Amino acid sequence: MRNKYTFAATLLAATMLSGAASAKTLVYCSEGSPEGFDPGLYTAGTTFDASPRTVYNRLVEFKKGTTEIEPALAESWDVSDDGLEYTFHLRPDVAFQTTDFFTPSRTLNADDVVFSFERQLKDDNPWHNYVAGGAWEYFNGMGFPDLISSIEKVDDMTVKITLKQQEAPFLANLGMDFASIVSKEYADKLEADGQMQMMNQQPLGTGPFEFVAYQTDAVIRYRAHDEYWKGREKIDDLVFAITTDAAVRAQKLAAGECHIMPYPNAADVAGMKENPDLKVMEQEGLNIAYLAFNTQMAPFDNAQVRKALSKAINKEAIIDSVFQGQAKPAKNPIPPTMWSYNDAIEDDSYDPEAAKKMLEEAGATGLSMKVWAMPVARPYMLNARRAAELIQSDFAAVGVNVEVVTYEWAEYLSRSKDVDRDGAVLLGWTGDNGDPDNFLHTLLGCDAVGGNNRAQWCNEEFDALVNKAKRTSDRDERTRLYEEAQVVFKREAPWVTLDHSLVVMPMRKEVEGYVMDPLGIHSFSGVDIAE
Amino acid sequence: MLRFVLGRLAVLIPTFIGVSIIAFAFIRVLPGDPVMLMSGERVMAPERYEKISHELGYDRPLPVQYFDYLTDVLSGDFGSSIVTKRPVLDDFLTLFPATLELSLCAILLAVFIGVPAGVFAAIKRGSFFDQAIMSTALVGYSMPIFWWGLLLIILVSGTLGWTPVSGRISLLYYFPSVTGFMLIDSLLSGQAGAFKSAVSHLILPTIVLGTIPLAVIARQTRSAMLEVLGEDYVRTARAKGLPPFRVVGIHALRNALIPVVTTIGLQVGVLLAGAILTETIFSWPGIGKWMVDSVFKRDYPVIQSGLLIIAGIIMLVNLLVDLLYGLINPRIRH
Repeated sequence: MRNKYTFAATLLAATMLSGAASAKTLVYCSEGSPEGFDPGLYTAGTTFDASPRTVYNRLVEFKKGTTEIEPALAESWDVSDDGLEYTFHLRPDVAFQTTDFFTPSRTLNADDVVFSFERQLKDDNPWHNYVAGGAWEYFNGMGFPDLISSIEKVDDMTVKITLKQQEAPFLANLGMDFASIVSKEYADKLEADGQMQMMNQQPLGTGPFEFVAYQTDAVIRYRAHDEYWKGREKIDDLVFAITTDAAVRAQKLAAGECHIMPYPNAADVAGMKENPDLKVMEQEGLNIAYLAFNTQMAPFDNAQVRKALSKAINKEAIIDSVFQGQAKPAKNPIPPTMWSYNDAIEDDSYDPEAAKKMLEEAGATGLSMKVWAMPVARPYMLNARRAAELIQSDFAAVGVNVEVVTYEWAEYLSRSKDVDRDGAVLLGWTGDNGDPDNFLHTLLGCDAVGGNNRAQWCNEEFDALVNKAKRTSDRDERTRLYEEAQVVFKREAPWVTLDHSLVVMPMRKEVEGYVMDPLGIHSFSGVDIAE
Repeated sequence: MLRFVLGRLAVLIPTFIGVSIIAFAFIRVLPGDPVMLMSGERVMAPERYEKISHELGYDRPLPVQYFDYLTDVLSGDFGSSIVTKRPVLDDFLTLFPATLELSLCAILLAVFIGVPAGVFAAIKRGSFFDQAIMSTALVGYSMPIFWWGLLLIILVSGTLGWTPVSGRISLLYYFPSVTGFMLIDSLLSGQAGAFKSAVSHLILPTIVLGTIPLAVIARQTRSAMLEVLGEDYVRTARAKGLPPFRVVGIHALRNALIPVVTTIGLQVGVLLAGAILTETIFSWPGIGKWMVDSVFKRDYPVIQSGLLIIAGIIMLVNLLVDLLYGLINPRIRH
């Protein structure tokens, strides 16, 4: 292992030192080690930061700081009238990175695109199982195997993808990290050398930075891709200094050992804002935390009971206590930064007296229930146990007796899907692609009962609206359908919508051009350091 | 002596098999499932769950899995991580030098300060120095590592700016890893300032990791010395007019060292446990942090093989300690 990169390292050391005086290096104190570097195999944001967003590009990408799609490796595309055929026209002269471990002989073409998807789609592709248990988790999670009928090379620079049914969010899905385009030429060489596992250790793509080396659990080094199709980056070197503890990251940032860090402790943010060497960027995250009742079980099959309990929860108290104010109360099942967010909807106001009365009217007095608290911190819910205890006392005030339960994380995720599950589950979601379908259909559709739909809620009216929106390509029409679906959701209250957390990015004053990504990914393309 | 060594080695074999069973069973007893964790909040379809479990061999009966695992280990194959897909042994060999370097520095600090401090406290029994040293040792022993580490970072690195916050070397230096030991590699690199940077990065983690062993060793040395200093032969040595330095340094200390060496041997386990927290605080890329991450991800191959290798190392160190006794005290050989 060591030998494999020793030679490359020596070369790099020589180049880095020779240009050390003028080289601009951006150091990012990242929160963890990437699981690997193959963009298709994983689902964690930490891995996306380290590989797809630095080394790779996709056919289409999200416009910086938004969830809108823009052309990337595909210069343009046509969609057939029936919405089933997508023809992508590739950008000419897109160079792959020339690195110490591979020198490409050609630029991007249709073979690369077809290969990038077929290795995830087809069981008989030699790359489908190149690592044991390599799950292509996102590709499957987004339902691509059931959606894609074929991927064909029309000519060198044209690729046609045919779908089995209409799917309006398809383009947005192609902007996601798992859909990154890898080099077929590099893959062929690795295969011929019997080194296929290196695809997951030494990534090579068309993106803004090329991979230099990874010292396990310590440092990842990249340098600017000289022939990047959008133009070379302003910084020369990019370094991820892996620092798992948030308090230590904060100290490193303050000491100038790194320029930028993610996920500060909520309690440290105020101090950072006062530090004259630092600046703090904030944005509402594309996420939601919720409390999902089991709507198939009495008395929670009664919307009035659910509404009453929704009115019994003091969301502001949860936000103050769990997030130190770094969150916003949620009224809809999608975050406010997402298109089609229905701002006209009014939230259930916190009113214990009214809640008590509603419960009495519904005949649900002397109620006892379980509230499930996740055992881990997630971006949308930093301390579920604390939130559950607050809910426990809020519910006690309206005469509902709560037992807080928790399980190990995998167990929690698995048991909470069960249709016969007892009690209300605290959980949440972070958007994948900025499409409302990714929340409303994925989490609340009838198909997802017994799966992602933790409320086990199947409402015909709601389901018809989101399914219609899924098959409609007109954005205005989709917006209207989703707005209407949110009205149905609020009326029926399968969840208590709790909060949308704020994403906070502290950085040194000299960092310029950093744009926060609503999808929570950290991308350093376009960033500069002031002299 | 040879029989003694062979006898010790023979005991290692059943211990090793026992450890392998515990390591294998331990992680499977815990609730949680690595395949389920791969998809996070996103629900995995049951048929895909079965397919992946099958690929990883987790759908077979546990005894079959264990037997295959043992066969692989005996042929030198420790398996590959479910998460990173890299061979466990490769990762271990990459990360272990970092832990070893830190642990060696910590134990050297603990011995070179702890033993003299304990001896001094014993000689000056009941004095102000004795009380000061023993109170400090008690505080050191009771200190939660996480808190102590953060406190030092905030004070020494943050406020005073004397040492770097975390990592093994400044990011400015980049050279091939030859031995995996940063102190040696930085010297071999020939880059000006690299060695100094590596040393400055080692200071705080060494202090934090060395604190508990230091306290234990100081206390153990003191009580062993007190016992020995009361012996007849020490009085005789004094009576025949030997200089105090020879009485304490040669006659007393050598005999007092036996329980101290045992303690030092036992500290290896403590160091590896302490390394888990110390490495996390100081972003030190060693095996402690690696094991913890793997437990959270239920990365079965890494946990079972990692535990097995670490247990093997602890067993070897204890064997060495046993052999050292033989050198210090010839009576034990028989």
